[in-house]
Amino acid sequence: MTEWINVIIQGVLIGGLYAMFAAGLSLIFGIMRLVNIAHGDLIVLAAYIALVVSTTLGLNPIASLVIVVPLMAAIGYVLQRALLNRTLGDDLLPPLLVTFGLSVIIQNALLEIFTADSVRLQAGAIEVASIPIVPGISIGVLPLLQFVAAVAVIGGMQVLFYRTALGRAFRATSDDPAVAQLMGLDVRHVFGLGMALSLAVVAIAGVLLAIRTNFDPSIGPARLIFGFEAVIIGGLGSLWGTLAGGIVLGVAQGIGAQLDPGWQVLAGHLAFLIVLAVRPEGLFPKVRG
Amino acid sequence: MKAPAFKVYFTDRASRIGGSVFALMLVALVLAPFWADRQDLRLLAEIYAYVALASAWNLLAGYAGLVSIGQQAYVGLGGYLLFALTMLAGVPPLWSIPLVGVIAAVVSIPVAALVFRLRGHYFAIGTWVVAEVFRLLASQVSVLGGGSGTSLPVGIVLSIAASRQEREFLVYWIALGLAVLVLALIVALLRSRYGLALTAIRDNEVAARSSGIGVTRVKFVVYVTTAFCTAMVGAVIYLQKLRISPDGAFSTNDWTAFVIFIAVIGGVGRIEGPIIGTAIFFLLRQLFSDLGSLYLLMLGAVAIAIMLFAPRGVWGLLADRFGLQIFPLQRRIALADHPAKAGRTE
Repeated sequence: MTEWINVIIQGVLIGGLYAMFAAGLSLIFGIMRLVNIAHGDLIVLAAYIALVVSTTLGLNPIASLVIVVPLMAAIGYVLQRALLNRTLGDDLLPPLLVTFGLSVIIQNALLEIFTADSVRLQAGAIEVASIPIVPGISIGVLPLLQFVAAVAVIGGMQVLFYRTALGRAFRATSDDPAVAQLMGLDVRHVFGLGMALSLAVVAIAGVLLAIRTNFDPSIGPARLIFGFEAVIIGGLGSLWGTLAGGIVLGVAQGIGAQLDPGWQVLAGHLAFLIVLAVRPEGLFPKVRG
Repeated sequence: MKAPAFKVYFTDRASRIGGSVFALMLVALVLAPFWADRQDLRLLAEIYAYVALASAWNLLAGYAGLVSIGQQAYVGLGGYLLFALTMLAGVPPLWSIPLVGVIAAVVSIPVAALVFRLRGHYFAIGTWVVAEVFRLLASQVSVLGGGSGTSLPVGIVLSIAASRQEREFLVYWIALGLAVLVLALIVALLRSRYGLALTAIRDNEVAARSSGIGVTRVKFVVYVTTAFCTAMVGAVIYLQKLRISPDGAFSTNDWTAFVIFIAVIGGVGRIEGPIIGTAIFFLLRQLFSDLGSLYLLMLGAVAIAIMLFAPRGVWGLLADRFGLQIFPLQRRIALADHPAKAGRTE
C-alpha cells in the first residue's frame, strides 16, 4: 500500500516538471498559434548551457539559473525576431517545418559539441535529501522543490497574463494581431517577448530536469511529447490545466512503471490517448481549437 | 442531356515529352540488374523507397494539409507486419506485402479517428505520439525479439527465391514496381474527383469547404491511402534489410526527417517535387554523409533556408519559371468552338 502511495506522490511531483515543459509550449501557441517542434531540444540546450555555466564558474546548478534564464530568454527573442516571425501566416507548413529543422540542428550541434555520452548536473546534498511523512512514506526535497517551482512559475505566468500591461498585450495579440497592431502594439516585438518568456520557463525546466536525471542530446523530442500531452490532457489555453495535465501524465507513468518498467512511457501515452478519445477538449478547456 | 460545349484534357507538350523521358528512364531502370552491380542495385532500391515515402508524405501534407511527423509509425508497422505474417502466420513473403498494406490501412482508421481530433500543429505532434506508441508496443512483442529486434529466418529468406542473386533482383523489381504503383495511385487519385477536391483544399481549405467539399472525408481517404502505401514501402524496405528492430523501424530521423527534407527541397504540393528532392538528397548524402552529425545539421539548415526563401522547392521554381509538368495533372479546358482559347487550371 505505502508502495503505491509513494508511486502516486512521485507521479504528482514529476507532473510539476511536465507542467513546466507544457507551460512554455502552451504560452506560445496561445499568443501566436505556433507549435515549436524544437521545444524539447531547447530544454536540453538549456540543460547543457547550465552544465557549462556551473562547471566553468563553479556554481551550484540552481544558482546557474541566474545566467541561464536570461540567456535562454535572449535566444528566444532573437530566434523569434530573426527566424520564426517570417514563418507565421495562414499556412501551417512553414512554422512546423522550420521548427522541425531547428530541432534537427540543435540535436546534432549538441551531439557534435558534447558527444552522445549522458551527463548530469550535480546539485550536492539536496539531491538525496528527503522529508519523512509517516513511516515508509517520504518526500524527496528535490522533487518537492521542482513541484513548488512549477506552481510558482505557472502562478507567475497567470499573474503576468491577467494583471500586467505585457499580459494585456499578449492577450490582445492572441485575439487579433491585426487589431493589436492598429492599437499601436508592435506585434513582432510582442511575439519576440512571448518566445523569450517561453524559453525562460524552458530554462528553469531544463535545469531542474538535468539535476534530476541523466541527459544526452537525443532526449529532447520525448520532452516535447510529454509537454504536448500535458497541454492536451489539461485542456488548450489553460495554464492551471497544464499543471493538472502534467500531474495526470506523471501519475500514469508512475503506475505504468510500477506494473512493468517497460510500461512507464507507454502508460503516459495511453492516458493521453484515452483523454483524446473520451474528452478531446481536455480536462480544463479554455479555448477550443 | 445536352453534351457539354467543352472538353477537359490533361496532357500538353511538356507533359508528353516529360512522360516519354520518364518512360524511357523506367525501361532503363527495369533493366538495371543487367547493367548495375549489387551495391548500385541496393542504392537504387533505397532511392525508390524514399521516392515512394516522400510522395506519400507529400500527398498527405502538401495536398491534404495533414502535416504528419509520425509516418514512421506506418513504415515500422509495415516492417513488423511483414515479419509477423511470414514468421508467425506462415504467409509467403511476397504475398504478405499487399496484405501488410491492407492491415495497415485498417489500423489507420481508428488512428485517424483519434488524431483528427487534433488540429493543425497539434495534429503533427499527435501523429508522433502514435508512432511512439507503436514503437513501444513493438518492443514489447517478445516473439519478434522485443527491444533488440530480430532477423528473418533463413528458411523464409530462401522461400523468396532460391539464390541470393535471384532474390536481390526480385526485391529490386518489387521496390521499383511499388514506387511506380504508389506514384500511379497518387496520379490516379489526383485526377479523380478527389484530386480536384484536394487541390482546392491545398489552395484554400475554407473556400473548399464552402464550395461543398466534404473536407474531413477527403482527408480521411488520403490518410488511409497514405498508410496503405507507406506500410507496403516499409515491408519492402525490411524485405531488403532482412533484420528489424524497434528503434530502426520507427526511427524519426530515417523515415520522417529525411522524407520531409526530400519533399521540402523538391517542392511540397507537387507530385514531381519528391522525385527531384530524392535525387538531390541522395546526391548530398553520397557527397557529405561522412560528416555525420554535421551533415544532418546542414540538412536542417538547408530545409529551413528553402522553407523561408523558396517555399515551393526546387521543382516549384522550375515549374513556375517554365510552365513544366511531367505528370499530366493540370486540367485544361478546350471550348468546342474556340479550341484556341484553352483555359488552364491546376
